[in-house]
Amino acid sequence: MKPPEFEYIAVHTTDEAISQLAKHKTAKILAGGQSLTPMLNFRLVHPDMLIDINPIKELDYIREHNGGVSIGALTRHRMIESSKLVRERLPILAAAAAEVGHLAIRTRGTFGGSLAHADPAAEFPMIALLLDAEIKARSASGERSIKSKDFLVSYLQSAVADGELVTEVHIPGLPAHTGWGFHELCRRPGDFALAAVCAIVTMAAGKCTDARISMAGVGATALRAPAAEALLKGKAPDAALFKQVAQKASEASDPSNDVHASADFRRHLVDELTQRALKDAVERAAKA
Amino acid sequence: MAEKQQIEVKVNGTSYKREVEPRLLLGDFLREELALTGTHFGCEHGVCGACTVMLNGSSVRSCLMFAVQANGCEIMTVEGIADGDKMHPLQQAFWDHHGLQCGFCTSGMLITALDLIKNFPLADDHEIRVGLSGNLCRCTGYQNIVTSVREAAKQMRAKKAA
Repeated sequence: MKPPEFEYIAVHTTDEAISQLAKHKTAKILAGGQSLTPMLNFRLVHPDMLIDINPIKELDYIREHNGGVSIGALTRHRMIESSKLVRERLPILAAAAAEVGHLAIRTRGTFGGSLAHADPAAEFPMIALLLDAEIKARSASGERSIKSKDFLVSYLQSAVADGELVTEVHIPGLPAHTGWGFHELCRRPGDFALAAVCAIVTMAAGKCTDARISMAGVGATALRAPAAEALLKGKAPDAALFKQVAQKASEASDPSNDVHASADFRRHLVDELTQRALKDAVERAAKA
Repeated sequence: MAEKQQIEVKVNGTSYKREVEPRLLLGDFLREELALTGTHFGCEHGVCGACTVMLNGSSVRSCLMFAVQANGCEIMTVEGIADGDKMHPLQQAFWDHHGLQCGFCTSGMLITALDLIKNFPLADDHEIRVGLSGNLCRCTGYQNIVTSVREAAKQMRAKKAA
């Protein structure tokens, strides 16, 4: 349980990180290290070199931008959890941040790192997908912006190319009269969820005008449930409708059997958690 | 072998300069290089919490960080909690309420609890339990650990308010 040998370099600016990445094609970025270090300890990965970006101060921020929030890639989970701006603008993100790993993990873990790692059971990719977040990535040849749905490619695989560094994530603000819900089931708080579901619902004159549902732990990436979302639109939401929508969401999930839970149980969880998330979202929309 | 790097860290108030291999985990550095064996390694992949230490005032897993990354940082381990021979109120509470059995998880529990008491309201036992959820006690002595943290928080805050 000790990591293999690697060369190590600490960088202090984004430019320096990019130029080191361009020089060392097989290097891996070390951000919070809360997923990479266990993988190293298990010797599941053998990078020649780690480029430690922790000293880069310019990637650690949470800012208001275009009515939404821009978050530097190196921002720690604990900062997101406690940020006044995030709590005001994107309370669903603050709620999700508090469920990421355990306290000591959240001290080190970074927002950009969590997205780039693309764990299908992780909270942040699911929230990014729900809120149509855009991820900025830079390389020696320039900067590009990637939509969450294109960013999350497969199990532990994001669209970050060799030589690229995630620098910022922009999350648009929620429309008016929009409420949110987020529910997950873990065997122990802070562990990866067996299944997680989050939703936002926009209401006007007692009817749902827009709805989005995103889920984690039940597919190769976080997943949206378009058919379930469509079922809500234009209707007055009630428990019976939530049940129908949740069943559609469950059908959109694609869970696998593993040591933690069976696929059937996970599908059942998606159904139940969707109903709860929608109920919360509609209740909060009334107050938003 | 990868080139060794020079680091300078302050641990429990003492400054140390050492040359370390990049792959040396922070916890192994504390135990092997500085002989501070109060920090324990259990799972070595971030699940058990036994290796938790304070880094610049916040709890971190010392198995999920390399010593080289701690360059310039201030670290507190379990050895730095007491005031000389006088136990810290949190340690005293663990003593008074039988908050440890075999003691393996205790150093991690103490560091996590210090972070929790400093930074979270801990309004009820549920919050304490969720806060401690990243620290496993294989003796399963959780009831008394929760009691110890609750009582320590009460005492430390009363003292602060006085």
